Amino acid sequence: MLTRRRFLQVGLAGAAVLVVLRVLYGPSRPAAYRVLDARGAELIAALAPAVLAGALPAESAPRAAAIEAVVAAFDQAVAGMSPAVQAEIDDLLGLLCFAPARVALTGLWSPWSEAGDEAITGFLERWRTSRFDLFRAGYQALTQLVQAAWYGNPLAWDAIGYPGPPRLPS
Amino acid sequence: MIRDPIRDGIAGGWKAIDAAALERDLDLETDVAIIGSGAGGGVTAEILSAAGLRVAIVEEGPLASSSDFRMREREAYPQLYQESAARQTRDRSIKILQGRCVGGSTTVNWTSSFRTPRRTLAHWRDAHGLRQTDEADLAPWFARMEERLSIAPWPVTPNENNDILRRGCEKLGWASAAIPRNVKACWNLGYCGTGCPTNAKQSMLVTTIPAALERGATLLYRARVTRLVTAGDRVVRCEALGMPAPGVSPAPQRIRLQAKHFVLAAGAIGSPAILLRSALPDPYLTAGRRTFLHPTLISGAVMPQRVDAHAGAPQSVYSDHFLDSLALDGPAGFKLEVPPVHPILAATILPGFGAEHAALMAKFAHLQVVIALLRDGFHPDSHGGRVLLRGDGSPQLDYAMTDYLWDGARRALLAMAEIQFAAGAASIMPMHEDAKPLGSWKEAKTAIAALAMRALRTRVASAHVMGGCAMGPDPRKSVVDESGRHHHVANLSVHDGSLFPTSIGANPQLSIYALAARLSAQLAASLGKPLPGE
Repeated sequence: MLTRRRFLQVGLAGAAVLVVLRVLYGPSRPAAYRVLDARGAELIAALAPAVLAGALPAESAPRAAAIEAVVAAFDQAVAGMSPAVQAEIDDLLGLLCFAPARVALTGLWSPWSEAGDEAITGFLERWRTSRFDLFRAGYQALTQLVQAAWYGNPLAWDAIGYPGPPRLPS
Repeated sequence: MIRDPIRDGIAGGWKAIDAAALERDLDLETDVAIIGSGAGGGVTAEILSAAGLRVAIVEEGPLASSSDFRMREREAYPQLYQESAARQTRDRSIKILQGRCVGGSTTVNWTSSFRTPRRTLAHWRDAHGLRQTDEADLAPWFARMEERLSIAPWPVTPNENNDILRRGCEKLGWASAAIPRNVKACWNLGYCGTGCPTNAKQSMLVTTIPAALERGATLLYRARVTRLVTAGDRVVRCEALGMPAPGVSPAPQRIRLQAKHFVLAAGAIGSPAILLRSALPDPYLTAGRRTFLHPTLISGAVMPQRVDAHAGAPQSVYSDHFLDSLALDGPAGFKLEVPPVHPILAATILPGFGAEHAALMAKFAHLQVVIALLRDGFHPDSHGGRVLLRGDGSPQLDYAMTDYLWDGARRALLAMAEIQFAAGAASIMPMHEDAKPLGSWKEAKTAIAALAMRALRTRVASAHVMGGCAMGPDPRKSVVDESGRHHHVANLSVHDGSLFPTSIGANPQLSIYALAARLSAQLAASLGKPLPGE
């Protein structure tokens, strides 16, 4: 996971970015989630179709429901982590949602909801193969949390041939 | 209807206190306070209570039992594991599976129960000066714990995932054998990792802890020990806070536990963290140093036939060919086993994302996985990691893979691929960000030789955290003596996997059980309550 301090070390974002971020956006807006704010949820919803390309339902209504379930499960998983780890994830999502940082760190000029799967895939590939450990860590955190959020869901199981847990006599 | 022994026990009047639901501060007084309820804490609680000592067990995680164990990863990981089963080393490159519940990792482990290898014990004698921990000293304790926890080699036909490891080794002339498991009337379901729903697994949750509670012990769960408070060279009390849920701040009510003696059994990250938070004497800076992981490499294979690696006893076959054939101080050896393959585990272990990842997941039912656990801590170039505290006092393990270990990692990926092809794999894939499915052993050999062995490229995991409060005669190199007693604090012991001066070179639970049993019998005697018949 990327931490604020390490970003300073690689010279990609100054502490000012986060200060400005917090001044601009203030405390998290209330949302339907336990830890994600509205912008964080929008970011995960934008990442999900790229991370889960080929796995999500194709039809639009089930697809939208699946993406919503992924965001909710992402939120659940992060809510189960310690405050220190939550803060790191919050810093990463906060940076990615702050337009100048997004452009600098991911190369994406459009907001997440308009970026499109191809551009998002390109950004994930750049982070995946980056020579900076922090980008590779960020890539792994984002993709693995999204993958876990989907494949933990019974909706995902038919397509992979997993019958689900056995039924026990109750 | 499956009986839930924990709910029955609570209904029958066990002293089990939910520290997160306290309405006011809580003061308790007991003979021995045991911090942690996993392999070390559970055994200690049973033996000390049998000796007639009053015991209180403090556990950070929840008290969940068979009625709660629904075999669903997305429920079990946040409920029963540290960091939703995604605890990581400081640089995020090694994922650590560790329990966080009553019973600790024994509630969620895969039941493999090996005695400490003879060569490991000999190394502790020769290189770390241990004098009371050789094979003859420990043999009766292994036997005793094997009997207590119904440990025996798995007599049932292994599931296909394990049998592929067996067949591959057989083809190559490498020895393999059945794994001893701690189970009684096991249903062979395959869901040990999400908490045994039938109470077949003889974890601490259903054995030693109930035994201690039957004898009047107190269990304080959802309670995190913040620090030990000392006066002179003695611990006078431990302080704890209720933990309503993993991700939220502790409850405000203060918990103070006074005891004549304190036993740390919070695991190899938790125990050093409590020592460090308590700022106990540590003149040679040994607390939290030399922490080992059995860094684990992973190789996936797509088989022509269904494997259904989610079903059936998860670990039942192992091979020590690459431990036995290598010198302890030579190139890094590794133990070969298989993991259970459930959807979240598979999805987060397989590298990549998007279409390539989906294509691998589509082969889920045909997926066979082998793991190689590197033996760390025996060679000068494998000195382990270090437990550090974050600003908020929570622990973090700093562990760097060295070139020595990366060399072992590459040889492990090669060996696993060779086994999988020998057993008939259609393709294999080393778990590495740069890897692609490989269709033949020849192709795999070339590709694996060329992979960059680097953090956050090569997937590395661990389910065995060991060391950090090493036992030994020399206070400059260890934290506790060979009786588990702290070198500088009179009434403090450590009874868990953090005692080991190196990794074990095998799944560590039985090593912890046996050692904790021996240390607990000594402790009971030293507190004036020798065990009946000893």
